[in-house]
Amino acid sequence: MNRNRRNFLKVGAAAGALTLTGFPHIWSRNASLAYAADGEIKVGVLFSLTGTTAIIEESLNKATLMAIEEINAAGGINGMKITPVIEDPASDPATFAEKARKLVLSDRCVSVFGSYTSASRKAVLPVFEKQDNLFWYPTLYEGRECSKNVIYTGAVPNQQQDDFIPWLVEKFGKRWYLIGSNYIYPKEENNYCKKLLEKLGAEVIAEEYVPLGHSEFSSVINKFRSEKPSVIFSTVVGDSVVALHRQYRAAGLDPATMPMASLTTSENEVAAMGGDAAAGHFTSAPYFMVFDSPENQKFVEAYRSRWGGDKVTHFVSESSYFQVHLFKQAVAKLAASDISPVTIREAVKGEQYKAPQGLVKVEPENLHCWLRPKIGQCKADGQFEILTQSADWLEPNPYSAYPNQKCTAEGLKEI
Amino acid sequence: MDFVVSQILTGLSLSSILLLVALGLAIIYGVTGVINLAHGEFVMLGAYGAWLLQTQFGWNVLASLFVIFLAIALLGWLLEATVIRHLYDRPLDTILATWGLGVMIQQIVRLTAGGELRYVQMPPGLSGSVDILGATDSAYRLFVLGVALGLFALTWSIYRYTTFGLKLRAITQNRAIASSFGINSGQAYRATFAYGAGIAGLAGALISPLKSVSPEMGTTYVVDAFMVVVLGGVQSLMGTLASSAVLGEASGLLAYFSNDTIAKALVLVAIVIIIRFRPQGLFAPRVRA
Repeated sequence: MNRNRRNFLKVGAAAGALTLTGFPHIWSRNASLAYAADGEIKVGVLFSLTGTTAIIEESLNKATLMAIEEINAAGGINGMKITPVIEDPASDPATFAEKARKLVLSDRCVSVFGSYTSASRKAVLPVFEKQDNLFWYPTLYEGRECSKNVIYTGAVPNQQQDDFIPWLVEKFGKRWYLIGSNYIYPKEENNYCKKLLEKLGAEVIAEEYVPLGHSEFSSVINKFRSEKPSVIFSTVVGDSVVALHRQYRAAGLDPATMPMASLTTSENEVAAMGGDAAAGHFTSAPYFMVFDSPENQKFVEAYRSRWGGDKVTHFVSESSYFQVHLFKQAVAKLAASDISPVTIREAVKGEQYKAPQGLVKVEPENLHCWLRPKIGQCKADGQFEILTQSADWLEPNPYSAYPNQKCTAEGLKEI
Repeated sequence: MDFVVSQILTGLSLSSILLLVALGLAIIYGVTGVINLAHGEFVMLGAYGAWLLQTQFGWNVLASLFVIFLAIALLGWLLEATVIRHLYDRPLDTILATWGLGVMIQQIVRLTAGGELRYVQMPPGLSGSVDILGATDSAYRLFVLGVALGLFALTWSIYRYTTFGLKLRAITQNRAIASSFGINSGQAYRATFAYGAGIAGLAGALISPLKSVSPEMGTTYVVDAFMVVVLGGVQSLMGTLASSAVLGEASGLLAYFSNDTIAKALVLVAIVIIIRFRPQGLFAPRVRA
């Protein structure tokens, strides 16, 4: 008994000494070495491949993987390969959090690219803040978030609306009907929209929210008919948007006099509702598939040859693509031993990249991106015609509807 | 004036969709007592049928209606013969079994047709709008209203005027005594289930040009259908007609004066209150017990 115990203690002590000398990074505070070991850099890819939002998130997954493959084929980052660890959170916020924890803690990914809905972003946020890791979020969203652990590459309300709302007021008029799905995103977008409309002297004749998944719009359309708004500002999402457009068309309303203006209707949604139902309506976004630039031509061609000739690219898959390139540029500035989520965050501040939509930049203060908004009108073939684009890139302001708050590098400030 | 007319038309359109979706459920529940939770999936399959025939063969929705009715009725017939038949008089088990069937059908569709939202083209002749007494309404919605009423009339006539209908009514009142008089209740049940499923498929195909088509679409319809049937009173076709009219007009009107979120909540509250005081529904038939 005694002997055994003594042996055990001896072996244990030896093993302890070995660990201390042999694998110093496990014990030392500077654990950065583990993030870029054996010539590979591990990143997490966290998009739902099953469940309700899988339809759209699958395209984001594809764009992300394509960007990683491109970078690896061109020699990687300073000779190191990016290794994606792909997880399927199944459109469920709780699973998102669980998979994020796995990617950050047991896979030791240096960054995670992922998620589409705000609900899933909010679910993973505590994981990244607690572990001081980095989450790259490609979707346009409602703003009002200020985290040191998220790089936001999609548009916030001011970027989609600052040009769009005045343009619509001038072209169509001042009677606005706001219709949205009943959750946080439409309400925040409408908050900002109402501010802009007030400044322009336009009138909100109705603000209405329908339940998520709602598919019967005949009463709403009746109200359109009797109120005769000059613009219908729609933040209806998901399958509701298909029903709204198809019933609008069936009712014989005319987009030329009463257009719907949307921030979320992309090529992807148009494919689901049919070009005939979407034709004539307007969308504001930093990217459209038809945008004419050498970078976009390359992106669309690469995407179609990699994933299929009938696939569409859209404004969320574009940002999923360029954010990986921003990641690459940031990591390339670092020595292999310095690579960690925190150093990447510092390195990506102010970083610029020539994306398919044009040159974009990460704002050092709030980690959102300077983007190039455009206004598109949908055509019957399911593509958009770009009517105008902002003269310059537009600064991201996640607190645009709340002038007394500002997101800075030190966190949220009350002014 | 045109506001009143267009509001009535909106309500009628809502009612017609409710009636279409609820009719099949009402027949199945009324005759066999099976609570068919897969009913929404029959509706969804009908919509996918319309989408499939359109994208594969270029068929117009109207042309595909009959084929879809037959196909979904056949499916209903098979499901009755293989699963439901063994579960009569075991209401809890049928709920579980039909729910399971619904989940399976949903996933099969997702695996074969994909999870994307789909759409069905409106038939060209009906894609415009028409003026009625100064109000404008979608021609297709009026057409759906016509079909719903036609189907109801057909079903009601079968129930009322044919020998088969007489047998059904006998079984509904008392299965054991009907059987002892030589009525083959098993056969009648199977035919009823198939017919109800077929009508659900028809409903799905008819509403597909107005809505988005997705594997989950059935879930909302099955809830609506149950609301209509419970409010109208089970075993009463006229009750189904009346309650879909009441529910459609009420939710249309409430949604006009407030919004759809509140309308939905108020309608549900109203149903709860009515059921509290009239558990047999608005139009319960008088059955001699």
